[in-house]
Order: sequence, then structure tokens, then C-alpha cells
Amino acid sequence: MQRTDIIQGFRIGIPIALGYFAVAFSLGIIAKQAGLTAAIGFVSSFFTRASAGEYGVYTLVAAQATYVEIVAMCLVVNLRYMLMSAALSQKIAPGTSWIHRVLMACCVTDEIFGVSISRLGYCPPAYTYSAALISTLFWAAGCAAGIVAGGMLPVNIVAALSVALYGMFIAIIMPPARDDRHVLYAVIASFVLSGACSIAPVVSSWSSGTRTIVLTVLISAVAAWLKPVNIEEAHGEA
Amino acid sequence: MEKHSIIICILLAIITTNLIRVVPMLLIKGQISNRFLRSFLYYVPYVTLAVMTFPSMIQTTLTPLSGIIALVIGIIAAWRRLGLFPVAAICCAIVYLIDTLII
Repeated sequence: MQRTDIIQGFRIGIPIALGYFAVAFSLGIIAKQAGLTAAIGFVSSFFTRASAGEYGVYTLVAAQATYVEIVAMCLVVNLRYMLMSAALSQKIAPGTSWIHRVLMACCVTDEIFGVSISRLGYCPPAYTYSAALISTLFWAAGCAAGIVAGGMLPVNIVAALSVALYGMFIAIIMPPARDDRHVLYAVIASFVLSGACSIAPVVSSWSSGTRTIVLTVLISAVAAWLKPVNIEEAHGEA
Repeated sequence: MEKHSIIICILLAIITTNLIRVVPMLLIKGQISNRFLRSFLYYVPYVTLAVMTFPSMIQTTLTPLSGIIALVIGIIAAWRRLGLFPVAAICCAIVYLIDTLII
């Protein structure tokens, strides 16, 4: 464990943590409707760490859904973590113990994956752990705070805070898109197709989680087919 | 239908969500040599983040206009490598100002 990795992970984790707090706060308002106490909300959010997934689960709990439906919801909405985990496996140095691999996999969220994958070269476990720890604490605290104090913040503040996560997504995507033209094309295609699918008939009625999975697999496969990367290239950068 | 325990629902969610994360990591040992698969996994992160950003970003704000302007300025700021926190803060500030002015 390198001290610098821990500090770097912590520093990158702070903006993520602030965004998480805001999003988890609004999640807490829904969790309260499902009957969760602040303590259960904290534990649930700490160990699940899935915005769309948790949202789905809490609405199902509120609707008295079956256990099978809960598991199915988690599988579909969080399927992208499977792709991210597979991608992250390529960013872990060969010879890293399986315990680190399992723990790093458990850290995967959209943002922690984003910052881990955007490290130059292999991603050290300590970097992922410290970014995940600080952001997860804020995520869980935000959910608990939302359950306790939901509805006390004005809507325009909640709306403004909720774009923090998207701002971070953009900040992760754009620098590599600037460096690699093919990534830029893939990003533009993603924006256009995602926008089109949100208004297209049939497709727009799918959940946003399902649309994310289908579009991610389709666009990435086409990009990989049209513009395969060199082995050395995929190894070092991204 | 018997009454469902919230605790069991939450436990199921925790187990399922983490299994999804761990299983691919345990199945994939070492580096993938298949060129298509490697390329696919290289593009996945950028594509999935882009898909999740648009159009959701302009749907969460109180007015679509504030989301659109925050998206455009955020892209310019990120293109200039301003970093995670500055870009996120700029987006928040724009949405707050425009939403407050319009409504």
C-alpha cells in the first residue's frame, strides 16, 4: 500500500463524495416512503452503492413486491457493473491477489470505476479503496440524512446538486476523447443514440438501466469492430 | 402474499448487487488476449458514462435549458482538462443560477 495512492484516491474521492451525498439525499426521501429507518438506510446504501439499483429496490419495497422481483431488478439495473468489473479486471496488475480483485470489484460504482479506469497504467488497489471509502461514507450518510430530513432542502438546490454527478462523468470522458479520436466518435454516437432512444417508440418505455446496458454493449461492440485498439495501447492508457 | 421483511429485501439487494461485481472479476484471470474483447472493454467505460449522462442530465434539472447549458459548458470545461471537481462545481452553479432566474 503506497501512501501516495491512498492520498490521491482520497483527493479524487472528495468531489465524488459531495455528489454522492446530494444524490443519496434524494434517494433517502424515497427510502423513507419504503419504510426504511435512517440506520437501515445507512447500512443498505453502504453495502449496495448503486443509485439506480437502490432506487428500483426501494420503490419495489414500497410496492410490496416479491423477493424474486427484487433480485431481478438488481440484476438488470446493475448489469453494467458486470461490464465495468470485466473492464477493471484488465487494469489490475498481473499477480495481484484474488482478495484485492474481489475487494476492488466490490468498490465498483459508475464513478469509482471511472476514476480507477482513467489512471495511467495499472490501478493500485489502495487508490480505489480510499476513493471508494470516502465516497461510500458520504453516500450512506446522504441516504440516512435524506430519510431523516428529506423535503427540507429547497427543490432548486436539490436539482443543482444532482447534476454534480453528470459533471463528473463529463470530466472523466472528455480528456480521453480529446486524445483518442475513436473514443470521441464513440462518445458522440452514445450521446446521439441515447437521446434518440429516450424518445423513440418502444425503446423509450424500457427502464433507463436497460437502455444503458443495450446501448453500451451495442456501441462498444461496433466501435471495437470498426476500430480495434492495439494490445499495447489498451494496456497502458485509458 | 405474506408480509415481506424489509431486512430480507435489503439483504437480497446487497448480495445480488455485489455478486454482479465480483463474478466477472473472478472469472477473468489475467489479461484477455482476444483483440475484439480487449477493444470492447476499452470502449465500455466511455460509452456507458456518455449514455448515462445524456439525456438524463437535462431531465433532472427543473428546466431543460439549465441542463443543456450546464452540459455544453461542462463539456468545454472538461475538454480543457479542468478536472472532476471544477467541472462538477461549474455545472451545479449554472443549473442553480438559471433555474433560479427562470422560475
